[in-house]
Amino acid sequence: MSWAFVFALAATAYAFKVLGLVLIGDRKLPPMLDRCLALIPAALIAALVVKDTFSVGQHLQVDARAAGVGAAVIAAWRKAPLIAVIVIGAAVTATIRAAT
Amino acid sequence: MRLPLKATSIKELRHDAGLRQVFAACVTLGMAVGVFAVSFGVAAVGAGASVAQTCVMSLLVFTGASQFSAVSVLGAGGSSASAFGGAALLAARNSVYGLAMAPHLKGRVATRLVAAHITIDESTAMAAAQEDETHRRAAFWITGLSIYLFWNIGTLIGAILGSAIDPKTYGLDAAFPAAFVAMVWPLLRERRSAMAAAIGASLCLALIPFTPVGVPILCAVLGVVVGIPSPRLSHRPEAAQ
Repeated sequence: MSWAFVFALAATAYAFKVLGLVLIGDRKLPPMLDRCLALIPAALIAALVVKDTFSVGQHLQVDARAAGVGAAVIAAWRKAPLIAVIVIGAAVTATIRAAT
Repeated sequence: MRLPLKATSIKELRHDAGLRQVFAACVTLGMAVGVFAVSFGVAAVGAGASVAQTCVMSLLVFTGASQFSAVSVLGAGGSSASAFGGAALLAARNSVYGLAMAPHLKGRVATRLVAAHITIDESTAMAAAQEDETHRRAAFWITGLSIYLFWNIGTLIGAILGSAIDPKTYGLDAAFPAAFVAMVWPLLRERRSAMAAAIGASLCLALIPFTPVGVPILCAVLGVVVGIPSPRLSHRPEAAQ
């Protein structure tokens, strides 16, 4: 691996991270754009959950993670604290994996 | 925002129940991040990177999915160009998080340039789960900085030791979606957020088999279209048509 590769990737990753902040900056946004930006976390985090639970690369797969995340959904619904939801998700996944 | 937190407010916030939850979650999630970081360190050195290159990568790239993808392509004998392309695609979603966080990260340019570096899945999600601006900013900084710390310490350990425990043994790969479930949960009470989440998740699921890794999450941003009609009209669907 070359240093050029490391720095090129670092520059690209940072450029992406700073792009959104620079584009918006201190501008006063039209209400419609404000409403849409406020919905970004819901749309992307929900997508992350699905990706992290059901995919391996480009393949869809139902495995122990589905049970763990399912348990996490129940824990979140029962208003368990965040730390408990994380531990439950990991523990159920590990248990099912060990048992199968 | 001038500083991430004022000295006086740190004391107050330490006794804040909401932020205590954020701290506890960051430590837990941080440990999972640390274990993954160790395995990244091992994978990077295995793929031919030096210890210094591996650590600089975690310090400066600080985008876990991109880093893993880059070293796995290079380790498998892939070209630099393909390793770079795949990694860049995975890093692209952070620009969308930047758009979402920008209205909440006003203040000094220097502070915002630092904030940009820790604009990742976890910090954005943790911020989004908070109910007011003070907690949002605090959660963003606490999460981003603690994950940065755990990610870099883990990377160093892995790069030096050269062996790691498999995060899957402890179900740590499920720790992240579980955390994201808890973070997105409070958002779902609001009808439009719930619709945006449903669209984002469905699009992502539908695209996973057909598009390069990284693209499905980017496309999930289309879920925000439910924010286009003004709230008043959304109660009268016949008027929106």
